[in-house]
Amino acid sequence: MKNNFKYLALFAAAAVFVSCENEFEDSVTDGDLYTNGTADFSKYVSVGNSLTSGYADNALYLEGQQNSFPNIMAQQFELVGGGEFNQPLVNDNLGGLLLNGNQILPNRFVLAVGANGSPGPARIGGTPTTEITNKVTGPLNNYGVPGARVFHLGAPGYGSAAGIASGTANPYFARFSSSESSTVIDDAAAANGTFFTLWIGNNDILGYATSGGSGVDNNQTGQTNPAMQGDNSITNNNTFAGVYAALVAKMTANGAKGALINIPDVTSIPYFTTIPANPIPLDATTAAGVNMAYAQYNGGLRAAEAGQLITTAERIARTINFTEGANFVVITDVDLTNLSALGLPNIRQTTAADLITLPTRALLGTLADPSNPSSVRGVGVPLANSNVLTVTEQTRVSAAQDSYNATIAAIAQSNGLALVDAKTALGGLSTGGVAFNGGILTSTFATGGAFSLDGVHPTPRGYAFTANTVLQTINAFYGSTVPKVEIGNYKTIQPSNNVAQ
Amino acid sequence: MNKLKVFAVLCLMSAAAYAGGYRVSTQSNKQLAMGHTGVAVVNSADVLFFNPAGLVHLESKLNVSAGGFGVFSDVKYQNESTGAFAETDSPVGTPFYVYASYAVSDSFAVGLGVYTPYGSTVTWPTDWEGSHLVNEIELQAIFIQPTISYQIFENVSLGVGATIAIGSVDFNRNASRSLTDEQGDRANVAISDSGVTGYGWNAGIMFTPNENLTIGFNYRSLIDIESTEGEATFSNFPNSPLAPSNGVQGFEATLPLPAEATLGVGYETGKWLFAFDYNRAFWSEYEDLDIIFENGTESINPREYKDASSYRLGVQYTATDALTLRAGYYFDESPVKSGLFAPETPRNDSNAYTFGLSYAFSPRWAIDASFLYVRFKQVTESYNAYADPGASPSPFSGTYKSRALVPGIGITYTM
Repeated sequence: MKNNFKYLALFAAAAVFVSCENEFEDSVTDGDLYTNGTADFSKYVSVGNSLTSGYADNALYLEGQQNSFPNIMAQQFELVGGGEFNQPLVNDNLGGLLLNGNQILPNRFVLAVGANGSPGPARIGGTPTTEITNKVTGPLNNYGVPGARVFHLGAPGYGSAAGIASGTANPYFARFSSSESSTVIDDAAAANGTFFTLWIGNNDILGYATSGGSGVDNNQTGQTNPAMQGDNSITNNNTFAGVYAALVAKMTANGAKGALINIPDVTSIPYFTTIPANPIPLDATTAAGVNMAYAQYNGGLRAAEAGQLITTAERIARTINFTEGANFVVITDVDLTNLSALGLPNIRQTTAADLITLPTRALLGTLADPSNPSSVRGVGVPLANSNVLTVTEQTRVSAAQDSYNATIAAIAQSNGLALVDAKTALGGLSTGGVAFNGGILTSTFATGGAFSLDGVHPTPRGYAFTANTVLQTINAFYGSTVPKVEIGNYKTIQPSNNVAQ
Repeated sequence: MNKLKVFAVLCLMSAAAYAGGYRVSTQSNKQLAMGHTGVAVVNSADVLFFNPAGLVHLESKLNVSAGGFGVFSDVKYQNESTGAFAETDSPVGTPFYVYASYAVSDSFAVGLGVYTPYGSTVTWPTDWEGSHLVNEIELQAIFIQPTISYQIFENVSLGVGATIAIGSVDFNRNASRSLTDEQGDRANVAISDSGVTGYGWNAGIMFTPNENLTIGFNYRSLIDIESTEGEATFSNFPNSPLAPSNGVQGFEATLPLPAEATLGVGYETGKWLFAFDYNRAFWSEYEDLDIIFENGTESINPREYKDASSYRLGVQYTATDALTLRAGYYFDESPVKSGLFAPETPRNDSNAYTFGLSYAFSPRWAIDASFLYVRFKQVTESYNAYADPGASPSPFSGTYKSRALVPGIGITYTM
């Protein structure tokens, strides 16, 4: 019997197996595989505009925030000692904002299939629940404020709910500003991060571009006072440089390391690349009829040329000529020589280099005057200046962008910070695309995967690609080995017919 | 000190198994303790499963045995290039068996067995990295086998049985890698069916050239579990003509429970019994898991399993009149091909160690206990046959580490 117990004891030792851990030789969670290099990712703080906040589909909504590039990066930083990452999350996936119970910003876009069977962007239905005056409390890591330009980050009162109606404050920042008079950059610096990213400057050219150059180029006017650089204007290069340096100084005052992200091309986003410059199909009879209507204008141009008011080149550029097939549209171009003294408007037909904005799609081919069949927009009636970003306007945008990027590169260099070349990385999306596991990510509207339905902001997949781009630069600069994410696991656009009726 | 040594040795046995695919080799506590050998071993009514030809060799008129197991399995996944990781939280599997045999005469015996040779329960965290392949799967098949056994010559006996399989399946996975509804909840498809029956047969032969040596061969046929009356539940799809509708619909799918053949020898000398089995499972039958939904859409999932072998060794020692000790080992080849390694059955080649004992409380009653330890070698593999709707294939790769602990207990009655 004694022997039997011995054997039984041996059998009981089977339980020992339970104590043998089922472990990987090198585990991703145990710090065996990745290093933080010379950076300290324990507290990551992100600062910027809509691109940092996770804004997409023309709204800031919950799912977009959860897929913001800083949040994606923060999850990867957890593998190298990163702590928790708090964002000023909105309440819902509708995305609209309420101020004192009144909706002041619209819901997000989804891809809805219309009655005619063709899919297109439409705003999701429902009443949003995010009230600006309900302040976000608790510690934050993401200081991305949609709509912010470089000087807004240092503007006192930018987070004052009282200033929203008058336009001096930003509703998104008002939700989480530490006080009525605080600035974004002071709040972000007070978070005392060990590592930061700063991505600002996009809106300093974007508003001008998306408004078809409706605003002012402050590099032409020489205006350097931020208070005088209104909506849709291009921020003065010197203003940008001065403010940007001050922002970086605040974020690095505690010795934090970080990455500065430069400004990608705004003209390669689907907002500008989706509508072709020659979207008007006409048959030969109609084209001849339209040309008749412009014969007087064309004749006036020849007279102006003879009078040496315009060059031959401008006369040719302005001459209206419709043909059978796809036609370039007639637009208003304020940069043309003013011939109003001759009774001639500032109009011309687009060229392949002009960029028609995405919202213009709804106008093309419609009648400006419903009772006048010859008032077709883009044919009989010119498109407005705000519908088209002309080549001249594009040049102003890219000149400012180049100056900003030179500033960002120089400040990164002088402060020993990583410089993320988002211009090159995101540019790849519009020039052939970027391969990933499961496809090719491109900037094609709706189907390319990278850009959301507003045509300006990335999808979650686009933000994941952005996060990988930033991580790659950080790893190279700081000697860290933070792994990239699988971007195919992040969604693209949201199909839904739950749209406002 | 001795205990410590035992601890250390047990922990160091890094080699690892069940059986491949969704086969679960736990059809007897006595035989599992001997590496799940048994085609040429006559211990109890359990031989009804291993080789029906052995039934007629049982000494008692009536033999009954029953038992069950707890399968504690654990799979970890990680992807070193992305830092993704996940671990299963599978419920405890509970395979069981009941066998009874009755000797009609010295040369003829009948028997009935009920057992669960196939099953798989793998529960990954919902919406984990590989959720487009599987969130959760639960397969089970109960076999009922009426059997007859006949001593045809002095040295040769035959056995044959019919098998009735009753299967059930629950399989839940996300519709793609990224599709969600308007609230960001992942679109999901779950299929469920139970009470699906299939039929097969099995036959065995046992040759006993002398009283020490036994040679056995057993063949079990393929059984297709054809599911036609189950329900497929689509949930969390967005309200859009571009996506399937939410709700329940029918589906059709076929899951093969493959044929297998086993050849083995048993050698008994004094208090010792040694057994060796070679087992071949014809998994190549499992080409794909295709689910055809009532609305006409289909989910095509290549598997392309290959036939696989296992090699089993067992030893039994009659320590005292009351106590019998057993130990065993087997090597089990995985039927899964490289590049088609799906996380629903994340198993690779394995080594398994088994041991156990029987204790007779009386001449009629005995209790059987066994323990199986399966620790699979870490494997880095991928499933290359997946593509999101309308997209290029996106291989799902990573490193897997699995193990299973299977304690079992049973009871034997003879009269």
